[in-house]
Amino acid sequence: MNPLRVIVVGASMGGLNALETILSGLTAEFPLPIAIVQHRSKSPRDMLAVLLQDHTSLTVREAEDKDPLKPAHVYLAPADYHLLLEPGQCTLSLEPPVNYARPSIDVLFESAAESYGEGVMAVVLTGNSADGARGAARVKAMGGIVLVQDPHHSESSKMPMAAIASSKIDYILKLEEIASIMIDSCRLREGNKNGER
Amino acid sequence: MGDRTEQLNDDQLRKLLEQIVQRYGFDFRNYAPASMRRRVLAILQQEKLDNLPDLQARVLADPSAFQRFVHGISVSVTSMFRDPTFYLAFRRNVMPLLATYPFIRIWNAGCSTGEEVYSMAILLHEEGLYERSRIYATDLDALSVERARQGIFPLGRMKEYSANYLNAGGKDSLSHYYTADRENALFRQYLMKNIVFAQHNLVCDSSFNEFHVVLCRNVMIYFNNTLREHVLSLLHDSLTTFGILCLGAKESLRFSGIESCYVQLIETEKIYRRMI
Repeated sequence: MNPLRVIVVGASMGGLNALETILSGLTAEFPLPIAIVQHRSKSPRDMLAVLLQDHTSLTVREAEDKDPLKPAHVYLAPADYHLLLEPGQCTLSLEPPVNYARPSIDVLFESAAESYGEGVMAVVLTGNSADGARGAARVKAMGGIVLVQDPHHSESSKMPMAAIASSKIDYILKLEEIASIMIDSCRLREGNKNGER
Repeated sequence: MGDRTEQLNDDQLRKLLEQIVQRYGFDFRNYAPASMRRRVLAILQQEKLDNLPDLQARVLADPSAFQRFVHGISVSVTSMFRDPTFYLAFRRNVMPLLATYPFIRIWNAGCSTGEEVYSMAILLHEEGLYERSRIYATDLDALSVERARQGIFPLGRMKEYSANYLNAGGKDSLSHYYTADRENALFRQYLMKNIVFAQHNLVCDSSFNEFHVVLCRNVMIYFNNTLREHVLSLLHDSLTTFGILCLGAKESLRFSGIESCYVQLIETEKIYRRMI
């Protein structure tokens, strides 16, 4: 197996709290870039990046077009843009909303699957929407890892349930467990790669 | 499968784009692949086809199918006074600079269906500069340029546009600038008279004038790094010294060859001034 190269995260209703919990469990040594779609209002002046930055030693920024992806950096989809991943960089799009959402989680996940194949870990968090389910299935189909917040412990269970129904996902976890599984998965895949050589 | 999550065959896509260059001279090969794939999948759905070779056959045989293809690739999502803070900053910080010129040339590159062109026309009108301005509004997509030329927008959007207009420092009421029927808002003739609409391809056409302002907002997000660099140097060559370059809210000149020639005029907006 190839090493993990990027983590993509989708969150909707209740997502701020969930994202704060996960990001606070990661340190500045975290080896991968993390791209996040949190459903949000059109208004570009909200405080999402600032709020998340307060809870983590990773560097949080709102993605700009062509931003290079760096380890231990968090790239937030900006309000009213889709965020897509190309190999090594972010790209933005104003194509119409998908699942009534722009940014859409499916758009992020599908582009990550196309660009990184089995190097993707996708994380579906709380939300009252089915966004992310199709993208999670795409990540699985391309050999990536999918991790879903336990719907019984989610502020809003619909989005985790939809993701679980969409494909054979790898992990169903409580919020507090997610960061350590992320860290372990990086090590495991890295270890596999070294073992092969 | 057959739905839009199906992966496109990259070789077939490459072949389609190469055939289009040869047949029509439009080059989409350096578009950013991630969004390109989504657009092509959407086109397949609209054309009710389920594979690229069939699409290729249709597009090569039928120029009107090709025109629809161009329209489908060009993401024509736009609105009047999109990002009101941008227009407010332009009004406050750029208009006073423009006021010093006897004649003002503005290029809106990638004007889509024209919403931002009319926004700029209104801004110039309110600042008393419209009479000595000319706006060149261009797009790759002939269908969009035609729509832009008509100056007709859905009435249903006017409430949103009106709010944007006021947030952009509008001095009047947006409704003064159009006449409405049941479905549409038709923008007034005096706003159109100094606008030149034309089809122009940023990928292969060259610079056609020297401008005091170039607006190219949310266009290069669909290009890969190579094409972005090419277009930025084309825009650079089209600007006078001390001319103003405006990009989309989430674009920048970072990592580009022309970055060092510009200063960002306002910290919070992507409004740049060419210094050398």
